[in-house]
Order: sequence, then C-alpha cells, then structure tokens
Amino acid sequence: MADVEPLLRLKAVCKSFGGIQAVHSISFNVAAGESVGLVGPNGAGKTTLFNCVCGQLRPESGDIVFDGTLLEGLPTYKRARLGIGRTYQRVEVFTDMSVRDHLMVAERSRRGEGRLWRDLLNLSKPTKDEMERVHATLELVGITQLADTSVNALGLGNCRLVELARALAAEPKILLADEPSSGLDLHETAEVAAVLRTVQRERGTAVLLVEHDLSMVAEVVDRTVVMDLGSMLAEGTFDEVMANALVRDAYLGQVGLK
Amino acid sequence: MEQFFGFALPGVPYGCTYALVAVCLVLTYQATGVFNFAFGAQAFASAFVFTWLTQYHGWSGWEAFLVSVVALGPLLGWAFDRLLFRHISNANSTAKMVCSLALLVGIPSLLPVIFGPQNLDATTTILPFFNPNVVYFTIAGTPINGIYLATISVTIVVLILLTILLRYTSLGLQMRAAVESRRLVQLDGVNANGVVAIAWIVSSFMASLAGVLLAPVFGAFNSDDFVTLTVTAIAAAAWALLRSMPIAAGVAVLIGVATTVLQGYIPPDSFWNAAVVPSIPFLAIAAALLILPGMRNLDASRDPLATIDPPPPPIAATTRAPSMNRIIRVLWWALFAAFCVSMLTWMPVAWATVFNNGLTYSIVLLSITLITGMAGQLSLCQATLAGVGAFTAAQLANHLGLNLLIGGLVGAALAAAVAVVLALLSLRLKGLGLALMTLAAALLFDATFFNSTSITGGPEGVSIQAKWLGTHAFFNFDGHAMFLLSISVLIVAVVVVLLVRKGTVGRNLAAMRGSETATAGLGVNPTWQRIMVFALSGAIAGIGGLLHSLEQQVVSPTDWNADISLVLVVLVVTTSVTTVEGAIQAGIGFFVTEQILTTVLPARIGASSLTVVLFAFGALTYASHPEGVLEYQKRKGTARFERLFFAREAESEELKAHAISTSAANG
Repeated sequence: MADVEPLLRLKAVCKSFGGIQAVHSISFNVAAGESVGLVGPNGAGKTTLFNCVCGQLRPESGDIVFDGTLLEGLPTYKRARLGIGRTYQRVEVFTDMSVRDHLMVAERSRRGEGRLWRDLLNLSKPTKDEMERVHATLELVGITQLADTSVNALGLGNCRLVELARALAAEPKILLADEPSSGLDLHETAEVAAVLRTVQRERGTAVLLVEHDLSMVAEVVDRTVVMDLGSMLAEGTFDEVMANALVRDAYLGQVGLK
Repeated sequence: MEQFFGFALPGVPYGCTYALVAVCLVLTYQATGVFNFAFGAQAFASAFVFTWLTQYHGWSGWEAFLVSVVALGPLLGWAFDRLLFRHISNANSTAKMVCSLALLVGIPSLLPVIFGPQNLDATTTILPFFNPNVVYFTIAGTPINGIYLATISVTIVVLILLTILLRYTSLGLQMRAAVESRRLVQLDGVNANGVVAIAWIVSSFMASLAGVLLAPVFGAFNSDDFVTLTVTAIAAAAWALLRSMPIAAGVAVLIGVATTVLQGYIPPDSFWNAAVVPSIPFLAIAAALLILPGMRNLDASRDPLATIDPPPPPIAATTRAPSMNRIIRVLWWALFAAFCVSMLTWMPVAWATVFNNGLTYSIVLLSITLITGMAGQLSLCQATLAGVGAFTAAQLANHLGLNLLIGGLVGAALAAAVAVVLALLSLRLKGLGLALMTLAAALLFDATFFNSTSITGGPEGVSIQAKWLGTHAFFNFDGHAMFLLSISVLIVAVVVVLLVRKGTVGRNLAAMRGSETATAGLGVNPTWQRIMVFALSGAIAGIGGLLHSLEQQVVSPTDWNADISLVLVVLVVTTSVTTVEGAIQAGIGFFVTEQILTTVLPARIGASSLTVVLFAFGALTYASHPEGVLEYQKRKGTARFERLFFAREAESEELKAHAISTSAANG
C-alpha cells in the first residue's frame, strides 16, 4: 500500500532572529484527523514554528507542505483558506465586536464572501444557514449564552474560548492551538480539552497543540513532539516522550513527571 | 566646487532650524509616545510673538527672545503636557495624533483671533552680537552674515546640551523608560509625569527657538514656511526612525542643503524648480516610509499594562432603550422633513448657502467616517482626494465640454484611483506611518498638481460656468437645484456607508481594527479590504469635493489643500468619527457656527479662524471621548432622559445585561 500523504509536513524548517536560532531543522508530520502535541519549555520555538506554518514568519530554509501544497511564499490569508486555523498565545480578539460577529467573520471568510458590491446591494445580511452554523459552533464550545456580548466585557478565559470558536467556525482541516488553556481554570481547561477531542473525532479536524499543561496534552493528543532551544528532542506517544531521559532533563529538569 | 558650496552653504541655516524641530519630534516621541505635529505651529506662535514684539513694540531681540522663547515655549510645552497629553498617555496612537493635529490646526488660527490680522516682517535676530546686516566673513564666495552665525551657533550649542542631558544624566534614562510604560516606571518609584513634563518643556523650548531662528532666515513672515519646517522635520525624524537624534539632525541639515543646491542648479523658471524642489521633504517622508522597515510598526503598543485600560464605551444608539430609539428615529425624520420644507420654502438665501455648504462638506467628511471610523486608520489627504474629483470634473467640462455632473463621476473614479495607489503604497503601514504617508501625498499634490496653473487655473482656481451644467432649466443656481442635488447625493452616500458598515466588508474592517493578524488568519485578505475602503472613500470624497466647489461656484486649490485635510479630520473627530450623523453634524455645524460668529462678532476677529479654533478645542477631547464630543453628550443625555422617562424599561434592560454578564462570569 502506498504511503498516505500527511496533511501537514514540515521538513528541516529553520528560522533565526539575528544570531539566535529559534527553530533549527524541525521535521515532523501531522496526518489528517490526527492530534499532535508540541511541547517544550519557554523559548523552545513552538510559537515561532506556528508562525512559520501560518505565514506570519518566513522560514529561512526547509519546506512546509499542507494538503499537498507547498506553503512557501503564500500569505497568511491564503494559508487560512487552504484550511489552517489557529488560536494565539497572546489572545487576539476583535475588540468592540460581539462574540457572534467574531464567528460571522470566520463563517463569511470560509464561504469566500466579502465583495463590496454585495454589501452595497444589501445582499450581505446573515442567512439562516450561517446563523445556524454559528450557533452550532457556539454550542460546541459552550459559549452560546455569550453570543451577543461584546468581547470587551469578557475575561481572559472566555476570550480564549471565543478565539477557539472563531477558529473552528472557519472549519479548518488543521487547528493550531497555541496554549489554549493559558489563563483558564481547571474546569475551563477540561472544557477546552473536551472541545478539541470532539472536533478531532467528530469533524476529523487535525489538531497541533502547543501547551504547557501536560495533563491536558496527555488527554488530547495521539502523539507528542518535544522541542527545546529550537531543536526537536523527541517524538512519539505522550508516555514514550515523557520517559525519554533527554526530555526529562531538558524540559522537566530533575523533578520528572509523576 | 566653489559654485557647489555657493549653493550648499545657504542651506545650512535652514537645515539647522529643521534639525531643531526634528530633534524635538524625536525627543517627544521617545519620551512620551506622542508624535507632535504641532511643533511647527508652536514655532510659528513663538516667531509670531517675537516679531510682533520687535516690530510693533520696539522691543530688543533679547527681550523678545525671553518672552517668546524662554517663557512662551516652555509654558506651551508644560500646558500641553499638564492639560492634555498627560491625561491621554494610555490612549492609542490615533488619539494622540488627533490631539496634536488639533493643536497644529488650532494654534495658527488662534493667533489672528488674539492679535488680529498682522503684517509682520521678521528681520531681528535673537543674538544682539550677530548683526543680520553685517557680513562677518565669506566662504566659497558666500557671504556669512549675522543670521547665518546666530542660527548655526545656537543650533550647535543646543544640540550638544541636549545630547549631554539624554546620554549622561539619569533624567535621560528615565525619559527613555517612560515611553515604554509610564505606569511601569512609576512602579519603580520614578516620577514619570515629572520626567515627561521636562521632555515637553525642553522640546517646546527648542521648537520656539527654531521658530524665531527661522523667521529672519526667510526674511518675510509667512505661515507656509512653518509648514515646510514641520514637514522637513518630520522627514528627518522619519529617517531617524524617531529614535536617533544625531541622524535626525544630520538628515535635516542634508535636506536643507539639498534644497538650496537643487534650487541653484535647476533653472529658476523651469517646471522642475517649481515642482521638484518644494517636493523634496514629502518625497523624503514617502521614501523613509517605504524603505525603512522600522517605520511600519511605529505605534505598536509596548505598554505591558495596556490591557488594564477599560474598553471604550459603545455608541449611544446601541445602548438606548428600544422605545427611546423609536422616539429618536421619529424626531430625526420630523427634523429632516422640517429642514427640507424650510430649505424649499422660506429659508433666506444666505442661510440656504450655509446649509448647502454644510451638506456638501458632510459628504467629504463621510469619506473620513469610512477610513477612520470603520477602518481605524487616519488619512490626512481627504481634501486632496476631494480636490482631485473637483478639478477633474472642471477640466473635463472646460476642455471637452463634458457635463460637470457626469465629469464628477469621472472625477470620483480618478479620486478613487489615487486613493488605491496610496493604499498600495502604504500596504504595510498603519497608524502613524499611514498618517504620514497620506500627509506627504497631500503636500506633494499641493506642490505639484494643485500648483500647476494648467490644472487649477492658478491660486484663484477655476470658475464654474453655468453652461457646464446643461440648460438653465436643468440646473438653476438661483433655485433649489443645489439643495436638491446636495441632499440627494448625501442620502446616497449615507446609505452607502451604512450598508458597508453592516455588511461583510464593514465587519471585516472592524475585525482588522481589533487584530489584523487574526483576521488574516481566518482567510480574510486585509490588503484587499483596505484597497476597497480606500477606493470607496476616495470616490465619496471626490464627489463631495465637486459638489462643494459647485456650491462655491469655483474650484480653488486653497479649498482642497493639505491644511484643509487636517481641518476636515479635526471637524469630524470633534463630533463623532464612528457615526454617519457625526459627519453630517460636523459639516453643517462648521458652517452654521461660522455664519453665527460672522454675524455676532466684529470682523477683526476672523469668524472662520475662530470656528476652526472651536472645533480644534473640541477635537482635543478625542482622547478622553474617542466616540466624539457630541456622541459623548448624546450618550449622557440619553442616559439622563431614560432615567426620567423610561426608568422601568431601562431597569429591565439593565437587569437583562446583568443576567448575561453574571452567567458569562459563571461560565
């Protein structure tokens, strides 16, 4: 049987800032519908790698192939249209907008709409189908009650959920979740983990998860990649990598994972 | 070589004064985060007072220097900080820019109101031992007189002292830290407000100094020369990335020298001398913005404590009780109907003209609502786009016999095309960078196209002829044609803006205001959104420009120059830049206020200047009330009215809101 082409393939990706090698020759794959954890201490280069995949940064060398398309030179919005969704380490919400409008931006973008003439002819009113899809995503993330609230009135935890819902509303093939539990309490973290599992299982969305909460990583991912100081230390199942001596030294120090 | 030096040396004193203001811009930006467009106006104010005292009151240069520079300069700087900028230190860069623009527009307009129109001739220098009429020595055939020596020596001394202050004192270190986060510096026990106040006082002193040094260099006293001073200083500061004072000073001197060298080599009566030489500072700004990557993220917030600021309040219309909304809507329609009936029946001609001016201006102002209110970007060339529309239509009618109104559509298309070119040039710019680029474009148009007699018909402009509008029966100036045309186009423009705002593009623009990165991450092409809104804004400005010129019956370059662009921003920001009614209130309010002041005030106090001053003071409140003064008052009035008459309904709305927020808090 021929090998199945992975959804996301990173091959020897390098990125440096001045003299600092933020990402050094990183290679791994993410299959369609797979959930992969990307862990490592602060400064390991995880978010930089995300930025390279999404097009916010341009790698100096290496290839990033998504769904058979080489991403080199493609701007962020074109990568998003290919099916790469993302949440951010530092929350990026649309101030002054309601939660529902956040999802409407994603929904309209998913449909490839945004033509000025449609606005001028008053053809841009939300359709029933759009509203239902937005409602379904809100329900999935568990923030239906916040639909008409402005994000200005929300705390960090809810803003993270809005970000997640917005990314899911675009129905990405892969979701790059950058520390989604940061700033959330235990209950909220469990909810986010459940949502990530659900979208992976029910929608077949691949998930690449950057997370410091290792219990959440263990709960969500099928496979884990460990980075440290820009390089890849280990790859395997969560238990395998956590048993790796290099990982324990670099990432967990002498304490280890209980 | 001697000829080169002969051309270059006269540029040095100009360059020195430019250097002083460029260093002021860098110092203030580094210490306070404010890009103070108003330094040119401060320089003008000090030079005005200095010349006024020496010319009309017989004061010596030293005495006038003490009052106009040593006292007035720092006093203005202290007042700007204490009364204005200190209170908006945590506001976004657009708010700070708007406040400094308001000062730039307001100060030169305030002086004639206080002192009356003056015919000043600046010849006195501040240093009594340098006589302006004495040639002390000659370099490469260039006579060096007292003006040269005073300007160069003062500039060198001041720059050395400033360098010592910033590099070798703890005050300099504190100033640099304060710009990152005034609140964090205060947590370290530093009196950040005091540090910033000193930065303002020092930089304002230098701006005043530059003003009085520059006035005798030019010989005659002209406010346009101070615009050149500001723009050249901006160009120099831009090349220094608003960071390095030595680079800013060096580039400023270089621009001064380059200008006189080009003036010397290019034949004085050629097109190039008229077009290229005055354009050097604007080209320098544009080049810095396009070439230097550091200019692209000038106003990215660096304050780690920025997130503790409360969000801006929602606009009044979104928070009103439904019954209140219904009542207001009915009242608006009644007012609109009464206005239309009045304009068509009993309105005196003078007031009809005032309202027609207001309606046409409102259309131009709506273009700012699109760019600034919806896209969150500050464009300082909307009057230029209006002028492009108006001149295109006038020239098409003049040379091709095309009906003016049809030509107006072509003009709108051309204005949209110019706006698109600007959008493409400034793709990577936002905030301050975009404002500077659009200002450079406006000034470039002033120096080139709007300065060309073949396009604008000279300073008097192109008079509109009745035959350009078809038969008398079709368009009768003496009847109600102008009103009907203006109100119809305004309604169309309002509907267009409202449709865009509630449509997909409006939603995308709102999202981009919040986070352009995240919007692009959803698949929205930010470049295309920006191009669309620029094009539409340009087209609306172009049509508004033609209609306003039609009302004036002349298309004049002075109606659509860069100064007017700044005034337009100040007007609409004062009322509300986020709502269409804000643009209409600003347009009509400006002309109504001017008419009332003309009627009640003596002619000595220019009503037009005073109107600009009033709106400029209104715009100063932008930072505290970014929704606009009228919008703020509307919100307060609405709340008061609702408390009185809709207590029960408001209470139930409040309870509903409380229930939502409580359930949100509970997850």
